[in-house]
Amino acid sequence: MRYNEKELQALSRQPAEMAAELGMRGPKKGSVAKRRLVKLVVNFLFYFRPDEAEPLGALLLERCRVAQEEPGGFSISFVEDLSRKYHFECCSQEQCQEWMEALRRARNEIRKMTGKDPLEQFGISEEARFQLNSLPRDEQTCTGSQLGVLD
Amino acid sequence: MIQGTNTGRAAMKLNERSLAFYATCDAPVDNAGFLHKRGGRGAGSHRRWFVLRGNMLFYFESEASREPLGVILLEGCTVELVDAREEFAFAVRFAGGRSRSYVLAADSQAALEGWVKALSRASFHYLRLVVRELEQQLAAMREGSPANTLSANPNPISNPRPKENGRAVWSALPEQPTAAPKRPPLPPRRRASAPNRPLASFAQLHEHYGREVRALRSQWRGGQAGLAGLEVWHRSSSGGTHTQDQP
Repeated sequence: MRYNEKELQALSRQPAEMAAELGMRGPKKGSVAKRRLVKLVVNFLFYFRPDEAEPLGALLLERCRVAQEEPGGFSISFVEDLSRKYHFECCSQEQCQEWMEALRRARNEIRKMTGKDPLEQFGISEEARFQLNSLPRDEQTCTGSQLGVLD
Repeated sequence: MIQGTNTGRAAMKLNERSLAFYATCDAPVDNAGFLHKRGGRGAGSHRRWFVLRGNMLFYFESEASREPLGVILLEGCTVELVDAREEFAFAVRFAGGRSRSYVLAADSQAALEGWVKALSRASFHYLRLVVRELEQQLAAMREGSPANTLSANPNPISNPRPKENGRAVWSALPEQPTAAPKRPPLPPRRRASAPNRPLASFAQLHEHYGREVRALRSQWRGGQAGLAGLEVWHRSSSGGTHTQDQP
């Protein structure tokens, strides 16, 4: 499947919801746990060799299942084959719990659950959305008062 | 896994099988339809079946295909209308010199508008940034009670970060602490409903928070009217009046 790898790599450099060095073991039988820098950005889990800037890989977290494994460890698998698990080792059960909660939140289900456009919920008109898109990402500037809805 | 030819480094791994399942699963899509997609490097244009789910835009050879040909990750993209040889054309673009643009064309004006609207809000990361910014503005506005607004500070709502959108926000979130939270707040849907209130409809929440915002504003305005003695301040920050109207 073709995908825009550059943008995925760029995403891996964005501020992360969670980032930590964890033990990680792939789903293949006989795979060995390795230290990886694991970084959660929106609905992707990136993993890096601890000393490298470019990610080794990414997991799209949609339709994933997160489960507690041994104490301090959790796994991620996907609905189409739950037996294929990516295992992660944390330094404590507390850290493990934090990660599991963060991963569950990362699934992009806002629209599915509420059936609503999230931006409409917050009173952002369609005109404003197009204006937002014209703003440079790394330098948000004020577009002026748009309190028409209150007047 | 494909070896990268330029860097000698292996391409990034991605759980493509899961991606393909996600592309074709039963869950409702955010948008779907035929679009003409220009091939890379001016290779002509193909009609593909596009499916938008969250921040991923999948494209298939046909509507019945079981696996996508490819996917465009939409995080960080901008969407704009383009003046192209095709009618009803728009482009999905990314920052960064070497990034490619995707020029797509719909079959009708209505389809064009539907796609541009859906794709403009597909960026999850950006959405969260906007939500957090608005939450902070709301919290700051609540902090800006009448006692605080009569200070010499021309902008009683001290929010050092620039605002992305002047609109007020209404959410089902409980009141935010003014200290920066240790971790980013949860997406709104996951939170408990607003205090002392069962999960209300948007219209009710809109009305509830709108009243609160209007009350705060008129209190602030009333306070400002009483600042006749501070005329110099008022004149020197004439632009300040306008900006202070923003939540």
